[in-house]
Amino acid sequence: MNAPLIYTIVTLAGIGTASAVILYFVARKFRVFEDPRIDTVEKALPGANCGGCGYAGCRAFAEACVKENDLTHLFCPVGGNDGMEGVARILGLEAVKKDPRVAVVRCNGTCEYRPRVNKYDGVMTCAIIHNLYSGETGCQYGCLGCGDCCVVCDFDAIHMNPVTGLPEVTDEKCTACGACVIACPKNLIELRKKNAKDRKIYVACRNEDKGGPARRSCQVACIGCSKCFDVCAYDAITMGTNLAFIDSDKCKLCRKCVEVCPTNAIIEVGFPPRKAKPAATENTTVNQ
Amino acid sequence: MLRTFRLGGVHPPENKLSANGQIRELPLPAVVSIPTGQHIGAPATPLVKKGDKVKTGQLIAKSTGFVSANIHSSVSGTVTKVEGVPDASGYPRTGIVIKVDGDEWEEQIDRSPDLVRSCALSGPEIVEKIASAGIVGMGGATFPTHIKLVPPKGMKADLLIINGVECEPYLTADNRLMIEKSREILVGTELLMKALGVEKATIGIEGNKPEAIRLMKEAVADFRGITVEVLRVKYPQGGEKQLINAITGREVPSGALPVAVGCVVSNVGTAFAVYEAVQKNKPLFERVLTITGKHLQQPSNLKVRVGTPLSEVVAFAGGLPEDTGKIISGGPMMGKAVASLEIPVTKGTSGVLLMPGEESLRNPQQPCIRCSRCAANCPMGLEPFLLMTLTEKTMWERLEKEKVLDCIECGSCSYTCPASRPLLDHIRFGKAKVGQMVRSRKN
Repeated sequence: MNAPLIYTIVTLAGIGTASAVILYFVARKFRVFEDPRIDTVEKALPGANCGGCGYAGCRAFAEACVKENDLTHLFCPVGGNDGMEGVARILGLEAVKKDPRVAVVRCNGTCEYRPRVNKYDGVMTCAIIHNLYSGETGCQYGCLGCGDCCVVCDFDAIHMNPVTGLPEVTDEKCTACGACVIACPKNLIELRKKNAKDRKIYVACRNEDKGGPARRSCQVACIGCSKCFDVCAYDAITMGTNLAFIDSDKCKLCRKCVEVCPTNAIIEVGFPPRKAKPAATENTTVNQ
Repeated sequence: MLRTFRLGGVHPPENKLSANGQIRELPLPAVVSIPTGQHIGAPATPLVKKGDKVKTGQLIAKSTGFVSANIHSSVSGTVTKVEGVPDASGYPRTGIVIKVDGDEWEEQIDRSPDLVRSCALSGPEIVEKIASAGIVGMGGATFPTHIKLVPPKGMKADLLIINGVECEPYLTADNRLMIEKSREILVGTELLMKALGVEKATIGIEGNKPEAIRLMKEAVADFRGITVEVLRVKYPQGGEKQLINAITGREVPSGALPVAVGCVVSNVGTAFAVYEAVQKNKPLFERVLTITGKHLQQPSNLKVRVGTPLSEVVAFAGGLPEDTGKIISGGPMMGKAVASLEIPVTKGTSGVLLMPGEESLRNPQQPCIRCSRCAANCPMGLEPFLLMTLTEKTMWERLEKEKVLDCIECGSCSYTCPASRPLLDHIRFGKAKVGQMVRSRKN
């Protein structure tokens, strides 16, 4: 009665021991040396696996950090300067300091400013619409409003505003990983320098049409009039094809460009309300 | 039993509303805007500038690169601008805008209606003439014809197939052309045979065009080597590979040209354009198209100059019905909904379809029920449900292995899906992505 049981136990124990011995020698023979620092560095990283560094996840980035032995070209946007400082300490290297960045959506073509001229009823992703045609509005450069950027965000930092039909970035959550920048088929999202109090000044438009057509398709389009370019004292503004661009690294947030913009295409965010100057009020009335 | 292609296919309601409407000429519009890219390949380079006077039939943009085609003015008048005009996709493409003034044609164009049968030109000379006339495939794909007529080295065609299938519902332009211009089409076919150096040609016509079949069969008796093949009605029989399979039983291998199995396919519209170009010196600047729709006053077949805005075409046929939901350039299966009536008619515009509101809307999308109808109906033997899922998951390498590039975008899968899944929307996007990937690998 007990004999089969005993045989079973003995046989299994025998197989177990034999396998253990084989595995031990195999493990010795085929041992792969892995720098223990990779694990330490990986632990010091945020662990978001977002790919914002350009590598396939945090582990790959940690391996790259250890292997390169030089951090000049490596940066984890999620961990930021503090995170890279930690990595540098572990490896005994020097980390490069970078200004923190934040994603900014450069389109202000809300339902109110940019009328819909046709209705799309196909698959609701920006990538497919972009592949098919220019979009529901007259502006071929503007936001398509299907939220491809929101789908790819790992940090819950970008959401569609149902009223405006445009995505909005929550600055505190945004890590500047750049996933939305890649996802946007219209190249509307840019990683811009993060300023104190989340202040921002940027041209919320990518329309490269001439003034007339641009304005017809969207009330707040940049018409390329160069007024902001003329008024900027810091060389922060460059003029592209009928389109102004403000370099966030050079911009000193003086807000002069915002004042002169005739179409309100330049947006200021996070500033206290202006002091009511007679000239300024006049300007606003003209704008309206 | 009539012949048809082997794999898949669907049979949507035919709705050939304008089948009996004689081809009428559309009055000249006030302004035309002629895109320089009306064909597959590189856009042509404009030869005219603002203020230039042009005549009807004058070369206004020259082909650049290997795959490209010449563009001729469709009207006489003054060039008012050369700049971006929105095409069917809504994106601006370079176009030549001409203000019409009278209708003065180039002198060498023979405008008489007489049939000219004899042609002393040699094969290469015919190809040369076709190239200079800017002829492209008129079935809608707009591939430059002169390139098709010179097969790659080592390949030889033995059969020319003329496509008179017109399998798209609603469209009747080819049908009318075959009825009214049967002899011209056959002379064009002869010229194409000579250019290709083939002895045989077959004209494929679907069984739902009895009058065209009768007239073509009558006319074909006078022409050596040309036969008419009546085919069973099935969509997408007008697809190049499907038509070859239906007529010869040959299968074009994946990724290969039709000439790999010895066939070259041209549309009846192309054959007619070839006739006009070679025998009448008339470049391609007008085409027959169908303007149709269930609630349109007069669904008709019109001869329209290239560059005419769609609004003129619609106005001539009785104006835009109030309940129009979608305006489709082309047929209902492969055509493209357009965002505006101001886009111009091009060499590839085979029809304009006005869908009533309620019919034009999509049904809400439901989950896949794994019925495999899309796979059963795919004329290329693909698995559309899989291609759609792979596109959604952005698995481009796998998508390439599943032969997404073989998809002819006929829409049979979306048409047949009981769960109303937007299969073709996704597949088309996946195909574009994989195409980009393959091209970047080559470079």
